[in-house]
Amino acid sequence: MKLNLGLAQIATKLGDVEANLEKHLNYIEQAKAQKADLLVFPELSLTGYVLQDLVASVAHRPTEDDPVFKHLLKASNDLDLVVGFVDEDTRHRFFIASAYLSGGRTVHVHHKVYLPTYGLFDEGRFFAWGDAVRAFDTRFGRVGMLICEDFWHASPPYLLWLDGADVMLFTSASPGRGLNDNEKLESARWVERVSKAYASMFTSFVAHCNRVGFEDGLLFWGGATVNDPNGELLAQGPYFEEALTVCELDLNQLRRTRARLPLLRDERTALVQKEMSRILSAR
Amino acid sequence: MHIELSINTAVARQILTGFIKSEITRAGFSRAVVGLSGGIDSALSCALAVEALGRENVLAVRMPYRTSSPDSLAHAEMLIEQLEIPSKTIEITEMVEPLFAKDAKITKLRKGNIMARERMIVLYDQSEVFKGLVVGTSNKTEILLGYSTQFGDSASALNPIGDLYKTQVRQLSHALNIPAPIIEKPPSADLWDGQTDEGELGYTYESVDKLLFLLVDQRFSANECVEAGFDEKFVASVVRRVQRFQYKRMQPPIAKLSNRTIGYDFLYLRDWGT
Repeated sequence: MKLNLGLAQIATKLGDVEANLEKHLNYIEQAKAQKADLLVFPELSLTGYVLQDLVASVAHRPTEDDPVFKHLLKASNDLDLVVGFVDEDTRHRFFIASAYLSGGRTVHVHHKVYLPTYGLFDEGRFFAWGDAVRAFDTRFGRVGMLICEDFWHASPPYLLWLDGADVMLFTSASPGRGLNDNEKLESARWVERVSKAYASMFTSFVAHCNRVGFEDGLLFWGGATVNDPNGELLAQGPYFEEALTVCELDLNQLRRTRARLPLLRDERTALVQKEMSRILSAR
Repeated sequence: MHIELSINTAVARQILTGFIKSEITRAGFSRAVVGLSGGIDSALSCALAVEALGRENVLAVRMPYRTSSPDSLAHAEMLIEQLEIPSKTIEITEMVEPLFAKDAKITKLRKGNIMARERMIVLYDQSEVFKGLVVGTSNKTEILLGYSTQFGDSASALNPIGDLYKTQVRQLSHALNIPAPIIEKPPSADLWDGQTDEGELGYTYESVDKLLFLLVDQRFSANECVEAGFDEKFVASVVRRVQRFQYKRMQPPIAKLSNRTIGYDFLYLRDWGT
């Protein structure tokens, strides 16, 4: 089975959901023209990233009666979509969220579980913490979504792996930082390194879609990547500029890799659980 | 302890020109105004602005005082000719001297501050005439050391070089083909005869950049820097300067009265809505 995966590394307008929706619909048309089956947008792709006090005014619900999502849900009849947005729950908590849309339905919503609140980041001040890491079924098999800081921690990708995700979709709004004499920024090298490591260790497909553009002095670096279950880089988008990267995933590679390297088969989850219980109870 | 200040200039160039273009166009402008002192910082900011916006969209303004070094004007001219950009020369002598004359006890420090602020006034006026934003020319070393005149040379609409140490400014300037005499001459605010940055600060940029890189970027403690061989008095004086001049790096604090106060809990980026 093949999956034609598109990664849309777009720049967004800060707090202008209408303008960002237009751009989404435009990229969806481009991706359709390139026969993409699934198109992934970055973290907070409908809103922009450093929202601060704009959070409440840009929140939406991924439902048919929502003025923004009705267009995206309609578009999802042609190809599956992952979009980034601010999700407001019924009790008015605001989450950094990714929605997986397919066939006119919202299949899954992930709320970011790790909100970086250190250094240049201040997410914990403005957002509620997600409390679930779940894989979900799609027409391409079982998939998992994580948002930026979620995959800076090892446990969420590990949980997705055990929950059956064979394709991991990572999205980011990652500000470039750490310029030295290397041709890549430190932040880019770090994310590329761990994406490749997760694909290798979990013998899974790992795709990463990061936004581009500036917000004040922050530059988001783009550089979308797709790694296969052997940890080999299949595709990479450019740094710093908008691009649509389309890449064919041969999902049968999962079988070939895992026949050679049965890390999933041999994973000793009961041992993990036993030791985790001991470690946590001893605290 | 690894001190690596060299940067990939191609990446820096791409990011900084992108920054200038993005932040100026999003504010509704397409042009920039740069005060050219003849020194390396303003030369680099100017060259980056030209690369970002096109040479017809950057106005270089030279603002000599009667005692300014002739080299300063000549070096600025050298860059203007190389970049083929529009320029103006507006002498500030007749604007500042009446103020100097009002107080016989005026010091050279006060005169220097007045000149720096007069240049800010001229630049912001030209900003309106040229319909361009003022691009800043303060580097990370001088911002951290507070080696600037508040609301004077530190005033700008955006600053592309504020996260580059002086030694990195030199490296990037080489990459942008800034004329060699500008890169090689001793840095000076040129506010009075014989003034040099390194003479006034009491240490070289090369040494203080290494120390600041350890203290600020690498988060080493002052003690760790002394243990690594930096002179104790030098470290103490730099640490003191960084702390003492924090006020120059900030907006003036507002006393909180209401539930929502600008600066504390009214938080939006400048790029709000763009």
